[in-house]
Amino acid sequence: MNSDCIVIAGSNMAECHPVAFQWVVEAKRRGATIIHVDPRFTRTSALADLHVPNRVGGDVVFLGALINHVLSGGHEFREYVTAYTNAADILPEEYVDAEDGAGLFSGYDPATRSYDNATWRPTGERDLTLSHPRCVFQVLKRHFARYTPERVQRACGISPQDFSRIAATLVSCSGRERTTAWVYAVGWTQHTTGVQHIRTAAILQLLLGNMGRPGGGILALRGHASIQGSTDIPTLFDLLPGYLPMPRPDDVSLERYLTRIPDTGFWGNKRSYLVSLLKAWFGDAATAENDFCFGALPRISGDHGTYRTVLDMIEGKIKGYFLWGQNPAVGSAGARLQRLAMAKLSWLVVRDLTVIESAAFWKNSPEIATGELRTDQIGTEVFFIPAASHVEKGGTFTNTQRMLQWHHKALDPPADARSDLWFAYHLGKRIRARLAGSTAARDRGLLNLTWEYPESGEEAEPAAEAVLQEVNGRGPDGRLLSGFAELKGDGSTACGCWIYSGCFAGGVNQTARRRPHTEQSWVAPEWGWAWPANRRILYNRASADPAGRPWSEAKAYVWWDAEAGQWTGHDVPDFERGKPPDFVPEPGAAGPAALGGADPFIMQRDGKGALFVSAGLADGPLPTHYEPAESPLVNALYKQDDSPVAKSYPDHPATHNQLGGAAVYPFVVTTYRLTEHHTAGGMSRTLSRLAELQPELFCEVSPSLAALRGLENGGWATIITARAAIEARVLVTRRVRPLRIPGEGVIHQIGLPYHWGSEGMVTGDTVNDLLPFVVDPNVFIQESKVATCDVKPGRRPRGPALTDLVMRYRREAGLEEDR
Amino acid sequence: MKHQASVASRLYGRLDDVSGEAGYAEHPPRVGFFTDTSVCIGCKACEVACKEWNALPDPDAGVLKLSGESYDNTSALGASSWRHVAFIEQGPLDAGAPAAGGLSPADVLGPALAGLASPDSVAPATRWLMASDVCKHCTHAACLDVCPTGALVRTEFGTVIVQSDVCNGCAYCVSACPFGVIDRREDDGRAWKCTMCYDRLRGGMEPACAKACPTDSIQFGPLDELRVTAAARVQELHASGVTDARLYGADPDDGIGGAGAFFLLLDEPEVYGLPPNPVVTTKDLPAMWKWAGGAAALLVAGVAAAFAGRRP
Repeated sequence: MNSDCIVIAGSNMAECHPVAFQWVVEAKRRGATIIHVDPRFTRTSALADLHVPNRVGGDVVFLGALINHVLSGGHEFREYVTAYTNAADILPEEYVDAEDGAGLFSGYDPATRSYDNATWRPTGERDLTLSHPRCVFQVLKRHFARYTPERVQRACGISPQDFSRIAATLVSCSGRERTTAWVYAVGWTQHTTGVQHIRTAAILQLLLGNMGRPGGGILALRGHASIQGSTDIPTLFDLLPGYLPMPRPDDVSLERYLTRIPDTGFWGNKRSYLVSLLKAWFGDAATAENDFCFGALPRISGDHGTYRTVLDMIEGKIKGYFLWGQNPAVGSAGARLQRLAMAKLSWLVVRDLTVIESAAFWKNSPEIATGELRTDQIGTEVFFIPAASHVEKGGTFTNTQRMLQWHHKALDPPADARSDLWFAYHLGKRIRARLAGSTAARDRGLLNLTWEYPESGEEAEPAAEAVLQEVNGRGPDGRLLSGFAELKGDGSTACGCWIYSGCFAGGVNQTARRRPHTEQSWVAPEWGWAWPANRRILYNRASADPAGRPWSEAKAYVWWDAEAGQWTGHDVPDFERGKPPDFVPEPGAAGPAALGGADPFIMQRDGKGALFVSAGLADGPLPTHYEPAESPLVNALYKQDDSPVAKSYPDHPATHNQLGGAAVYPFVVTTYRLTEHHTAGGMSRTLSRLAELQPELFCEVSPSLAALRGLENGGWATIITARAAIEARVLVTRRVRPLRIPGEGVIHQIGLPYHWGSEGMVTGDTVNDLLPFVVDPNVFIQESKVATCDVKPGRRPRGPALTDLVMRYRREAGLEEDR
Repeated sequence: MKHQASVASRLYGRLDDVSGEAGYAEHPPRVGFFTDTSVCIGCKACEVACKEWNALPDPDAGVLKLSGESYDNTSALGASSWRHVAFIEQGPLDAGAPAAGGLSPADVLGPALAGLASPDSVAPATRWLMASDVCKHCTHAACLDVCPTGALVRTEFGTVIVQSDVCNGCAYCVSACPFGVIDRREDDGRAWKCTMCYDRLRGGMEPACAKACPTDSIQFGPLDELRVTAAARVQELHASGVTDARLYGADPDDGIGGAGAFFLLLDEPEVYGLPPNPVVTTKDLPAMWKWAGGAAALLVAGVAAAFAGRRP
């Protein structure tokens, strides 16, 4: 709302986040320029000032060229960059950039497809003139020099005119007086280079001085309600609550584990975060003598992501599977594989509102029709457990802006439906009852868990507020803590998630606050509660200059009050309140004390915004363009074509998981969602009001692709990839435009919303069947935004003939001979 | 205060106190919808909220088919669809690949509506217009004027509603509506349309569609205030270069005496499927009665003359 420009890329915000989009509309009304970069002209584009169509998978080239535009034109916010980023860090002589390594950085091992980052570590010297040839700023300049508007045209299909319009707008809407925000969603993340897209945007925003300031930032729109919450208190295999890493087998002690987390900055207080977590989980059983039960935590020895797990199921390594609010038979990439995998389980528990495809695959899946699966030969015992919806239970949502909002129960769930909390709690209770008296070491962790929550009503519903209080944390006297600053590493405090500490400060459920914006300041701190410490903008120390003064009156947010000797402003300062701007840390200081008074990025070990990332990323210290795993183009920038570290899974005879070539699969296919439906359709295809609004699966094609392939609007098309073939109605639309790539010809892109499956009021083929198992190496997210396909008019074959069609294409593509 | 109106203003022309004219001595201010299509994101929350609140019948699951008309699968206002979001795609057809199958892009899409873009053109002017249509709650509502049973009435809020327990299904209203809004349900034969959530208004709440609209494209309030807001919005858009913006149904001197639900459009009304100059179909009722009366008199005279002429 306070932005002068909003660039929405990799997101269809109006369709997928319509409620949040009201603030974009409001910003536009206040004069902001709205730019939408997307392969399709969507409902977001309809309200944007400028829509620029692009090729899926070219985002690093586009963003990198914007960086190049900023650096080569001297448009960076120099004072901000020098003071607040690691631009001045000098890199070692051994460091080899992708610029000199044909697209690879120093330390690459082709055998393991991974990097050793030893040569990426800064020397410790800094050059505040930013002129040293090995300083990050100069390395950045060289690295991005080849990201030119011409290459943007070749890789993205964006004309130099459109590109320069965007670049000029960005530059004019950044600086002391103005700010630009970027908005992305899964259009950036669901790629083998997903993390690199966000990294490139982060570099751009740091160079333009748009981080930590009102109207700036990079907004990560999440997939659905409380997905932010499910990473904060994670359902991820490699994280503990509050972004603490999951222990590894070699973390033989708590001390050893802590050495993996930085000592300086706010991660320096790591011991208090972890020990308080262990105290929350294991209570009195956690003592200094037994390492606070650290040994009871699971260890991860490698990739246990969802795709690896599914392949393990196929190989018979996994017996049972719980699905809570997830419908992989429709919603996960390679949905066909997901169904084949579930057919190999001994048992499967599906908790959902209705009998979704993942609970019905054994009798009603495409594989039953093709004969690949036979109901009487599937040994999986499926338990369908009806779940309560969000209006049938109390609890919090944590949304995109890190804000927790409490929702009250509106009505009782029907019949046997129960809340997730009820199920987890009572399941735990029953397991613990079964294990009572066990002396086995492996059961000790479960038996030591604090597992007592007040129950109410006939159904013995556990109190969600009691769980939130545990998450908030308590002191030795049982008092609810006011924030994470109170946490101790000696076992005297307990806290279920350090970043959420304070959400129940003063014994008040801060997340349930609903003071209207008309009755409070424009930052609206009394609506819900945002982590950490109710800060609405992270790293907001950067909204003031190094001396602690706002960069401009227009963008004043927090500042140093010299008289009072503290930081103050419109928001809760994201900085130690009493640390003056000229504070210089003692040599060798640890924790927050190691950061200076002008180091705003307090979660970084050096307090600086990371233009160059020397540790923590699998795919290089600087973003580098690689083609998607399946692409009709070769890399226009480097010899290295696709991501050297992307994770693809070994092919299995049943998986059809190899990647298809562009000769047989000439078109780009991308998948997405519609306003009218919710993800895999379990909450929308089952409701008449929503089902009727988008009743059938369709593909969106340009008029010229329709002409090329003889597709008719409203008719049927069959879409074929190396994995599967599906049918969809045809929507011929001028909103999808072919891209003319100089020297390459025309790129046609086909759009497919992925909501349909075999159950519900409206049914259709499952788009995710088309996609391979290939993932980003950092976060294991699948590349579901881009693949290659063919399309032809008419419905797909039925029965075994469907498999024949897929195989015919595979043979033509040479995929079957590869065996 | 009893409002005095001539026969002409009861059926046509400016009428400032429509509720007073309908006989409400004391009444709240006339309320309405201002639908600003320039901020509509086509989310259809209005359609869903309307159907939920008013408990409109479910569609028959067996007949749910993609319309092929952009993202519009509701297609029109009807007896069980009281809000309808229209989607209009505009812009050049692409000039991408040469046609191979003998079809040209224009063949696939129908006759070309715009010239082909040159492949080198910069950011072609593609537009996707979205507009949530609804009953206009006309100042001069022909549906109400023609209703023989009194099922259609003017409320104290100045809106027009059907009393379903009085409707006999004659469908005079259906043919009388200049916008094609009101419609009969096939199963019970009665006529149905938007009530502007009369029950919610009675309870001091805004209509469900306006409540659900995330971008305030649908605004609800006293009609006088909405007209002021709308005029300012048009000026704002004109100032920012959106010169196509215009109001539809906001003029109390138009053919229906101004609509209770009016719109800000970005193109000609016909583009949205709206009649360009709607006129209340009962406008000429007095004249028609006069002619009909004359004809009847002539008939009587003729019959009399015939009888008279039979006498030898």
